[in-house]
Amino acid sequence: MTQFLQEVNDRINGVPIQRCFHCRKCTAGCPLATEMEFNPNKVIRMVQMGMKDEVLNSSTIWLCASCETCVTRCPNDVDIARMMDTLRQMSIEKGLSVPQKKILALHNAFLTSIKMFGRINEPIMLAHYKLLSKDYFSDLAMGLGMFLKGKITPFGPRTRNMAAVRKIFKETKHS
Amino acid sequence: MKVAYYPGCSLHATAKEYDQSVKAVSAALGIELKELDDWACCGATAAHSTNFKLSVALPARDLISAEKDALDVMVPCAACFNRFKSTQHHLDHDDELKKEVEKIVGKPYTGSVAIRNPIDIIANDIGLDTLKSRVKKPLKGLKPVAYYGCLLLRPPEVCNFDDYENPVLLDKMMAALGAEPKQWSYKTDCCGGSLSISRAEIVIKMVDKLMTMAREADANCIAVACPLCMANLDFRASAGVRLPVYYFTELVGIALGLQGGRDWLKLHNIDSVSLVSGLGLV
Ligand code: SF4
Ligand code: SF4
Repeated sequence: MTQFLQEVNDRINGVPIQRCFHCRKCTAGCPLATEMEFNPNKVIRMVQMGMKDEVLNSSTIWLCASCETCVTRCPNDVDIARMMDTLRQMSIEKGLSVPQKKILALHNAFLTSIKMFGRINEPIMLAHYKLLSKDYFSDLAMGLGMFLKGKITPFGPRTRNMAAVRKIFKETKHS
Repeated sequence: MKVAYYPGCSLHATAKEYDQSVKAVSAALGIELKELDDWACCGATAAHSTNFKLSVALPARDLISAEKDALDVMVPCAACFNRFKSTQHHLDHDDELKKEVEKIVGKPYTGSVAIRNPIDIIANDIGLDTLKSRVKKPLKGLKPVAYYGCLLLRPPEVCNFDDYENPVLLDKMMAALGAEPKQWSYKTDCCGGSLSISRAEIVIKMVDKLMTMAREADANCIAVACPLCMANLDFRASAGVRLPVYYFTELVGIALGLQGGRDWLKLHNIDSVSLVSGLGLV
């Protein structure tokens, strides 16, 4: 049980989350709390209690929008936003089935675009996202609107030194 | 003054009008921009959500490249700004990580250049009095709420920009342009960010709330400094509550009487031309 808490703290590499005294200020200000399965302070408690499977499989960690309101307001400087990042990363590294598949699909499509072009190529990134998420029909009008206004194009400038970009991806890849 | 310029992916695509208006306003105010050589994407939410080291190494490569020119870097996109500031924070506080990242990028990081957003540069380097003295078309009748969002301000010890619960620089800038900024309590609330594509229904609720609150504050438009906030407000708000949304640099450009104002606004989804043309500004 302590192992999970220890691992999360090590990876956050800042204030240990045991500092939380559950005042719930983080949850009170969290714009996504109403959509979450567990409130942010509850996730902290669950990590403290070693509830690894419940936490890493929860939709909460994927719904966090990284707005950083929680850590900004926490009286104990507990970095909840960083904890959410950490928990997402642990869930990916363990190959767990992510409950918010579309959110992860978007992240993956986004990163693939950087790996290919060094920058985001919107039309290709969105097409890739649709394939990964199997969400084929939403937002076609929005994408078409942006396309017609000349905002998004598949021919934008790319990074020249792609070897450097690929090296970054390769050497930061977790084993 | 001369600064390096990091447009980031959005300003070359969905936020073209932000790029164009930043450049026009900078030229008019004597800020010379030198685009960062061969920049790559900062990695945004996708990188920091999935891979911490990647989220530091990607911006680090751009930061290190900026150090070559010894120029501070102007980063207009609030999301990129946040990633750069956060990367600097990590590299300055974690020696082991710094060494590892330097090895990956293949060059040393010295931490010698500052990351600045254009609100900060215009308000603090050019000065609001100078800005005011340059106004040709005071924005009379324009009643914006200033919307700062998350990423310019939080976490405060990383971003080091304005009061993090009640920022005022953008409000003051709007007043200097002759507009009548309205006070509201939602200056720093979240627009939903990148959930816009993957969980649109949540973001619609969030931006509808922002639009409704702006109306309640008696505003007739919203001024923003972030392509993500713009995209969410401009494309996701429901028909009944919409207000025109402007990049703050578009409003500066219009007030300075610069060419191109109408072309920038034509790229928006919600009609933003009628309000300013009705006031005789474009
Ligand atoms: S604000 Fe901080 S101390 Fe309070 S419940 Fe949240 S994490 Fe715990
Ligand atoms: S960073 Fe995440 S958990 Fe914290 S307040 Fe924002 S959405 Fe909620």
